[in-house]
Amino acid sequence: MAIELAGLSWNPVSDLEQLTEFPFMVQALEAGTIVAVMAGAIGWFMVLRRQTFAGHTLSVIAFPGAAGATLAGLPIALGYFGACGMAAIALSQVSRPGRESPGSESAAIGTVQAFGLGLGFLFVTLYSGQLSDLESLLFGTFLGITAAQVQTLFWVALAALAFLAVIGRPLLFASVDGAVARTAGVPTGALALAFLLLLGLAVAATAEITGALLVFALLVTPAATAQQITARPGPGLAISVALALSVTWLGLAIGYFSPYPVGFWVTSLSFGLYVAVRLLLGALARRRGPEPLGAAP
Amino acid sequence: MFAHEFMQNAYMAGTFIALACGLVGYFVVLRSQVFAGDALSHAAFAGALAAAAAGIDIRLGLFVATVAVAAGMGLLGDRARPDDAVIGSVFAWVLGLGALFLSIFTNGSSGENGTAAVRVLFGSILGLSVADARLAAVIAVLAALALLAIARPLLFGSLDPDVARSLGLPLRAVGIGFFVLLAVVAAEATQAVGALLLLGLLAAPGGAGRLLTDNPWRGLALSAALALASMWGGLALSYEVSSLPPSSAVVAIAGAFFALAALRAHLRSGFERQQRATAGSVSRIEA
Repeated sequence: MAIELAGLSWNPVSDLEQLTEFPFMVQALEAGTIVAVMAGAIGWFMVLRRQTFAGHTLSVIAFPGAAGATLAGLPIALGYFGACGMAAIALSQVSRPGRESPGSESAAIGTVQAFGLGLGFLFVTLYSGQLSDLESLLFGTFLGITAAQVQTLFWVALAALAFLAVIGRPLLFASVDGAVARTAGVPTGALALAFLLLLGLAVAATAEITGALLVFALLVTPAATAQQITARPGPGLAISVALALSVTWLGLAIGYFSPYPVGFWVTSLSFGLYVAVRLLLGALARRRGPEPLGAAP
Repeated sequence: MFAHEFMQNAYMAGTFIALACGLVGYFVVLRSQVFAGDALSHAAFAGALAAAAAGIDIRLGLFVATVAVAAGMGLLGDRARPDDAVIGSVFAWVLGLGALFLSIFTNGSSGENGTAAVRVLFGSILGLSVADARLAAVIAVLAALALLAIARPLLFGSLDPDVARSLGLPLRAVGIGFFVLLAVVAAEATQAVGALLLLGLLAAPGGAGRLLTDNPWRGLALSAALALASMWGGLALSYEVSSLPPSSAVVAIAGAFFALAALRAHLRSGFERQQRATAGSVSRIEA
């Protein structure tokens, strides 16, 4: 499979001009930037809290929300935010710490997810809309973003990041050592709910652009890569955001010149980086010799 | 209902697929590998679309992709239990591949191809031919038998890995073997309920079985029975209500079983706590 990059001149200046020539591309770049910053930051906490599965479930729930809103004739954004908000509350009920075995907890999350997808499929069937609708709900419409959507996205992201900044410090404490945080008087239960709601908000905003299935790529992979490089929160968050930004920009640019979807390029670039960093760190650790027992990983 | 050939085929394939899913699903929940099962289901999607884009039999793509991803996850992770971030990253990439193959496939030729993608995502149990249904049933039975054959060491290894290892059980091999079986069942079930809804047939009956009883053998049987009931009920329901897709109905019933089991467990634990509290206060008064 040869990758033909139609129209690419390999001259950076004229290529950039070509990229920003059309408004749809500028809007895609703006939306991608906003989404990447938000997903990079919130995803870092998600990976730290080991809530990847919950994050995936939230992103999947965006699909029935959007399909249901389309069916009922409501604005599609309402469907995204409503469904993700409800799912966040449901998940926080399911995963209350110390209530059941972890196996049952993930079974509950999985059941919520499959049920949501079943509902989504029912809505799409009832709507009997075009299949392209289904595809764009699942895999996104990077290149079909309007200026109004970009503006909404900007304010949502600003609110989400401000909220994250407010709860960031106690959330970090609660995520790293829940038991100690609880004895120190940090409201871990309320924080867990607040974080899931925040995650739901981020996912709902992102899903409109990247589609329900690919939100995940920006949430998990840059954050997982960053946490391999450093465990310190400040630099880790910065690396996570920087990685999310660069894969989004590169993915959009390559997607523009190639016939294959943007979602594929974004996921492949971020996964490639993840694997490369993993291999590199492994090789470095081996050269340095075996670490003494009990050293921080 | 059984006068229609497509319903007969659906029931034949569905019965055995549900049994296999229920059995494997119980272990998936017991070993806390629901997320891995989820990742496999998406690998099934990407594999099937890759096969479709290349113009070969979809089933081949399904099986190759799920077994390869399962073996990879088994080998990568510590003691065949990969962690959350690894699964998540692999998973996101597999979804991206799925998007690529979908676009190649739908751009490649006429509009009929769009329905193939929907079939992979959401299942097509009512569209199976007699030969398809027979093959699906045979593979499901073989997978279930293989699982029962390794059930004892698997159970031991899942519940108490340290003791099992000290007794010399080959836990790593059993773990990888289980992953491969899970992959085969996932590929099978994708044909029935679709890649996206597969998790409902794996996690919901298994989770319910786990909540309802602590005895693993009884839980295993319960899980299989609940999966079977969901499949039969879902098929019948979607036959009666024609706008209801069968896979949505099956997953909804399985989800309802899980919700009931969780409710029962919740009420029970509340009741026991209350009993303990009363017993405690009584003994304090007596003392």
